[in-house]
Amino acid sequence: MATTTTNVGAPSDTARWMGIRVARPSLLGIVAYIVLVAVAVAILIPIGYAVLGGFKTNGQLAANPGQILPDPWVLENYEEVLVGKSAPTFWGEFGNSLLIAFISVTIAVVFASMAAFVFARMQFRGREALFTLFVFGLLFPTAVAILPLFILLRNLGLMGTPWGVALPQAAFALPLTIVILRPFFRSIPAELEDAARIDGCSSFAFFWRVLLPLARPALATVSVLAVVTTWNAFLLPLVVLNGAEQWTLPLGAQNFSTQYSSDQARVLAFTVVGIIPAIVFYAIAERQLVGGLTSGAVKG
Amino acid sequence: MTALSARTRGNGSGARRSKSLTIALFLLPALALYVLFVLIPIVQAGHYSLYKWNGLQPLTDFIGLKNYETALSSAPFRAAIGNNVLIIVLSLAIQIPFSLALAVMLNRRFPGRAVFRLLFFLPYVLSEAVTGIVFRLLLQPDAFVDSAMSTVGLGALVQDWFGDTNVVMITMFVIISWKYFGFHMILMLAGLQGIPKELEEAALIDGADKRQAFRHVTLPLLGPTIRVSVFLSMIGALQLFDMIWVMTAGGPLNASNTMAISMFKAGFKGTQMGYGSALAVILFLFSLVVALAYQRFVLRRDTEGALTTFGG
Repeated sequence: MATTTTNVGAPSDTARWMGIRVARPSLLGIVAYIVLVAVAVAILIPIGYAVLGGFKTNGQLAANPGQILPDPWVLENYEEVLVGKSAPTFWGEFGNSLLIAFISVTIAVVFASMAAFVFARMQFRGREALFTLFVFGLLFPTAVAILPLFILLRNLGLMGTPWGVALPQAAFALPLTIVILRPFFRSIPAELEDAARIDGCSSFAFFWRVLLPLARPALATVSVLAVVTTWNAFLLPLVVLNGAEQWTLPLGAQNFSTQYSSDQARVLAFTVVGIIPAIVFYAIAERQLVGGLTSGAVKG
Repeated sequence: MTALSARTRGNGSGARRSKSLTIALFLLPALALYVLFVLIPIVQAGHYSLYKWNGLQPLTDFIGLKNYETALSSAPFRAAIGNNVLIIVLSLAIQIPFSLALAVMLNRRFPGRAVFRLLFFLPYVLSEAVTGIVFRLLLQPDAFVDSAMSTVGLGALVQDWFGDTNVVMITMFVIISWKYFGFHMILMLAGLQGIPKELEEAALIDGADKRQAFRHVTLPLLGPTIRVSVFLSMIGALQLFDMIWVMTAGGPLNASNTMAISMFKAGFKGTQMGYGSALAVILFLFSLVVALAYQRFVLRRDTEGALTTFGG
């Protein structure tokens, strides 16, 4: 692995050599521990409620709302979402989410790495001004652009298409991606570029054959961040996707929850199955995600 | 380097042209996408905001700043501004210090530390829509929370969490904190781990107690991170939409209205694109104030000492 400036994995590694002293149990330590456990419980309650609620019947949910474990456990709700009556809805929305995430993350990462390359390694007039233009995008809520964006997408004929969500989503992801990639690209030694030039590499060849392979950890980080943002996006899909067969998972979950508002057990099952991809993704890519967010923000 | 400049000296203008071409080709895709889908819409919002327009007919009914007057005298929109500001204030007063305290606790080594960290960050990865749905069910009258509170003897404190106009924003704030405190905690944890332990130890050796060392050594060094956290929290609070839309859609009686919800309703439910755009511009101006304050404050303070910038 190449060395990385993006702090990936830094927290635990640094802690290992710095935190040699294991705190002796003190009154303060015990209070802290109680607070931590209380917060952990507060986090787990909604998640546990949803997961376990999916194994209950509506009768159980209504009769004993405070009961934690299902009695008896029923598999029906999850079955119905995964393979039963609601399965076409769920898997259709899953597919839409996947397609949109794929298009938008690919475009964002490819375009942003090209731009970050130029911003990091080339001298030209107006470079910092252009870079600032992209940074500007970090400072504003995307909601500001949503009404004119709607008009624009309608004029472009992109309403109700995956592209109508994926392209703006990629555009929104550009600032953060460029801001994270630029210092990384900059940290690759100039000697390497000179050597590549002498060996006859063009700028493009250097970018493609040397820089990108070296930047794999940083690319993983920005991709993970972009995937999570796109996967969870709500406002833009809500505006662009007007037919049920186009919906992404967050939109689908919201509509499912109003459509079957009397069938709460099924709503909970649908919701839980819908968040599994996010949780699995988090479990796999936790380091990139946390590393990316902290390197982007802590370094300013 | 010398070999390179010797080589390029031969055909200077050709090399320069090829360099410009490379720059243009590499920059153009990102720039085009960004200008088309981010910058132009923001500018267009300013343009549309000066018209009375339903979004369909030609843009002809120029009314100047009338939409802004309407917005600022509209009770629901003023309530929305108040709610956005309330969330900002509560976040800065409660959520950020809370995240900092947890980060400090997690910055020590103890069994289970990694589990807490993983768990605390988990809500941040869940989508706002899903979070909203689950909390809506959890907090509906006589559901799990009410029932659990009665069981442990807190039945008298049970509220109509989403239905009571006086309570709904507090409920929202708790849910928002549930979702985002982990993010701020992770930022601060990374910030804390970027501070060399020796500095605090030196202060302890010089006779400071732990609290003094934290207050006068660690906290100032954590300044840049805290400011980033504050900034992100404010921008997040200004654009609040997804979770509230899913849980209450701004109700009851606009009690949980936000600027983004007003804008969405005006534009898509009321087909008042001109008016909605004016609301977007107002939202933009709020962000601009926050962003400028941040830029000034952070740029001035953080360039002072080498230690306050975390390298890179």
